[in-house]
Amino acid sequence: MTVVVKIPTQLRAAAGGEAEALLDGATVQEVLDGLFERHEELRARISDDDGALRRFVNVYLAGEDIRFLDGLATPVADGAELTILPAVAGG
Amino acid sequence: MAVSHLQCKECKAEYPLEALYVCEQCFGPLEVAYDHSRSSRDVGELRRRIQGGPQNIWRYADFLPLAGGPPGPSGRLASRVGLPAGCTPLIRADRLAARLGLREVWVKNDAANPTHSFKDRVVSVAVSRARELGFQTIACASTGNLANSVAAHGAALGLDSYVFIPADLEEQKILATGIYGTRLVGVKGSYDDVNRLCTELCAERDWAFMNINLRPYYAEGSKTLAFEIAEQLGWELPDRCVIPVASGSLFTKIARGFEEWTELGLLEGALPRMNGAQAEGCAPVANAFSAGQDVCRPVKPSTIAKSLAIGNPADGPYALDLARRTGGSVDAVSDEEIRAGIKLLAETTGVFTETAGGVTTAVLAKLAARGDIDPDERVVLVITGEGLKTLDAVRGTFQTHTIEPTVEAFQGGVPQTVAV
Repeated sequence: MTVVVKIPTQLRAAAGGEAEALLDGATVQEVLDGLFERHEELRARISDDDGALRRFVNVYLAGEDIRFLDGLATPVADGAELTILPAVAGG
Repeated sequence: MAVSHLQCKECKAEYPLEALYVCEQCFGPLEVAYDHSRSSRDVGELRRRIQGGPQNIWRYADFLPLAGGPPGPSGRLASRVGLPAGCTPLIRADRLAARLGLREVWVKNDAANPTHSFKDRVVSVAVSRARELGFQTIACASTGNLANSVAAHGAALGLDSYVFIPADLEEQKILATGIYGTRLVGVKGSYDDVNRLCTELCAERDWAFMNINLRPYYAEGSKTLAFEIAEQLGWELPDRCVIPVASGSLFTKIARGFEEWTELGLLEGALPRMNGAQAEGCAPVANAFSAGQDVCRPVKPSTIAKSLAIGNPADGPYALDLARRTGGSVDAVSDEEIRAGIKLLAETTGVFTETAGGVTTAVLAKLAARGDIDPDERVVLVITGEGLKTLDAVRGTFQTHTIEPTVEAFQGGVPQTVAV
């Protein structure tokens, strides 16, 4: 499965300036692992020490918050779009 | 000005006072930091300086994040620039208190702002900072009240504006936004969808999104509610505040306002007990509070209190911490209790509030009934918006007596109050 990962502006410097990355994986976790392998610096920005998402990071699969799906174990379809966004906006 | 820099609330990393809102290191929220070391230590002088200011939020300019001081050609004219917010009434609500078995309840009626909600406070601050930073266009993701305020401030100051709302918002809030000539965008989805879209757009456009890239400045505006309450109580702290919770920003910033003034010696005593109010149909913070968790699990909102329908509250963890450390709580009430809350406030105070105020009043009633409130406490109920914006909520809750225009018809058709 190839997935488009959209990288927020705040993380682009740590991702070699990339706004998007094409990555393979069967679940959100696998896709993110692939992203971290490519840009090691992103791991600590997005994940906490236990490998869970930091509490101010939101991840959306095709516009849906993955916490309403199966979280990091959510399966991803070929061509799906995974969006990483800060959770501190709004209200 | 005492404003100093932006700082990450989580890892304390420092950033310049620009249109930034997220820490690049840990993704935590950025917050405005102040350096009051050069402010006067003379409490009397500090108070006189405030009292000599304009009758709006700019009397508190020393505690707000504008680099150039209050907007306008001079401090004296600050009240004539844009749509000045604040200095809303604090009403002693003895009839409401008596109904609830309490002794001292005050209603802070923030519907008495230019666009009839507390959002004028936060927008006044954010839009002024946006102008300092050179932005030409303002924007927001809104559940309605912010939409009204951003559209009106854009009109007042001659700035272009884009307002994004859930397409199914109350008609009154849509009408009271579009009339100002903004570019109004109804998004097919929930507020959380609107917020996600705007967070993505914010990265692509050179716009000042009030509650996204300007959020650190915007949130500071809510402190002025605390400043006013304290000043109106004669430079004293209340014992308890009951406040609606959507993102949790208002709730936490009111406490921050009290803390800041206490640190400077303007107020004395402990932080009030802070009670947050949510609707059962969108209660991610109340749920986490009762479950003893320190993070909020997002929910899909379904409530008549649309202005509080944020299923993924950005400041949820901080709201939980605040409620716990002050001995308060975060409670939720049903749609029926919300309608009853609107009616209770209207019948006992003459203040007609929107659904969010119904939530807050209903939570106060719940706390009183539960015996959480000592009858000697001084309680402040924060009413954030206007009943005319959510008319559907009260439709059918009372009877109108329709009669022919004769005395007989009146005497026969209308129940008469017996004089005592």
